[in-house]
Amino acid sequence: MGSLLKTSICLHHCFICFSSLQSNSLLNLNFILWFAVKDGVVLGADTRATEGMVVADKNCSKIHYISPNIYCCGAGTAADTEMTTQIISSNLELHSLSTGRLPRVATANRMLKQMLFRYQGYIGAALVLGGVDCNGPHLYSIYPHGSTDKLPYVTMGSGSLAAMAVFEDRYKPDMEEEEAKQLVRDAIAAGIFNDLGSGSNIDLCVITKGKVDYIRPHDEANKKGVRTGDYKYKRGTTSVLSKVVTTLDLELVEESVQTMDTS
Amino acid sequence: MLGETGPEWTTEEVKTGTTIIAIEFAGGVVLGSDSRVSAGESVVNRVMNKLSPLHDRIYCALSGSAADAQTIAEIVNYQLDVHSIEIGEDPQVRSAATLVRNISYKYKEELSAHLIVAGWDRRDGGQVFATLNGLLTRQPFAIGGSGSSYIYGFVDAEYRKGMTKEECQQFVVNTLALAMNRDGSSGGVAYMVTIDEHSTEEKVILGNDLPTFFDQ
Repeated sequence: MGSLLKTSICLHHCFICFSSLQSNSLLNLNFILWFAVKDGVVLGADTRATEGMVVADKNCSKIHYISPNIYCCGAGTAADTEMTTQIISSNLELHSLSTGRLPRVATANRMLKQMLFRYQGYIGAALVLGGVDCNGPHLYSIYPHGSTDKLPYVTMGSGSLAAMAVFEDRYKPDMEEEEAKQLVRDAIAAGIFNDLGSGSNIDLCVITKGKVDYIRPHDEANKKGVRTGDYKYKRGTTSVLSKVVTTLDLELVEESVQTMDTS
Repeated sequence: MLGETGPEWTTEEVKTGTTIIAIEFAGGVVLGSDSRVSAGESVVNRVMNKLSPLHDRIYCALSGSAADAQTIAEIVNYQLDVHSIEIGEDPQVRSAATLVRNISYKYKEELSAHLIVAGWDRRDGGQVFATLNGLLTRQPFAIGGSGSSYIYGFVDAEYRKGMTKEECQQFVVNTLALAMNRDGSSGGVAYMVTIDEHSTEEKVILGNDLPTFFDQ
């Protein structure tokens, strides 16, 4: 069976990453962006999950919770990104309780890369990890084989080339939140409209110190159209000339009752 | 083209098609690398610093599979930290290179990364070690990565014994510029690290500041 792929775009104020999700044999591109802005991160993602050439989920959520200050966009095999982020989120919560501190983005990055390396790329999770911790905003991209990059903006997924083109053109360091959100939205839109593996709506997640804005959807880029006509004929279109009703005599042949086991 | 399997670069492993170089001088070493990381035909990171610290005065240059190289560097960084606490002083460059070599040799069938280890220690001064395929050899200079094929002739002809620190830095920059021009998998900016007894100096040379040659 093909696996669901999700693409998400996360834009961090500073970091943008795209990630595309792909199914086992087919590509699902999604893309996620992370973009770091002045004191935060903006993550963006599209919402299409594909199974081969068929859209399996028109409005899936690709921005995953890792910890109150860290979110992760996942591209690649949907099941892999979902489970990987949940496992690391759980371990990170235990770690945070043990240290008594808010988790750091670098910690989540290490945990994710060490797990993915252990599985030698067989876990198809391409992630963009972003958040704000005691050292400021951070953005990491994590590839299925376990390599990571720390960058101010990043894109992943099938639509990543289209989105990166927008970023390379308009990214400036230390952007304001509104400007960053607009840039992320535009970059994801570039992927949605120019890449077959990405589509539907644009989700955003803005993380700043002490506050997370999970905007789903930020932009419904692909609203379903409204039908202008109807093939059904109204009652009375064809006039009724005569009516004959014949009742059917039905005989009850056998009735049996099977008691249900209850405890 | 989007087909049954989609564009190749989405499923390709991330490689640091690379040019890396390390050279020793009287009181230390100079390491240099390009900054391109590719996944198939697509560049995923155009500013990656492939010179990774293993300890205060010991660096390694990464090439080959990005995941394998990063993992080896991080494991050896951890092992060196423990080792230096155990011996109570800064580790020797030979120790760092041996740790890298041990991992590269034991897992040589599974891994595909080549790390050049270089640094300064009190006992032997500046040293450069190559650890390709699990061997350990000390050399006056070492080059590695896909771009190194294009510069063997240049480094063999231009290297002289007894170069000063500045001459070494210029040599590294020239070598990187030539390789980055000819190798499709190398490019971006050039990173250079100079390690000596007193300091570890990191420097970035942007694309337009790189030396140009006859056809540019």
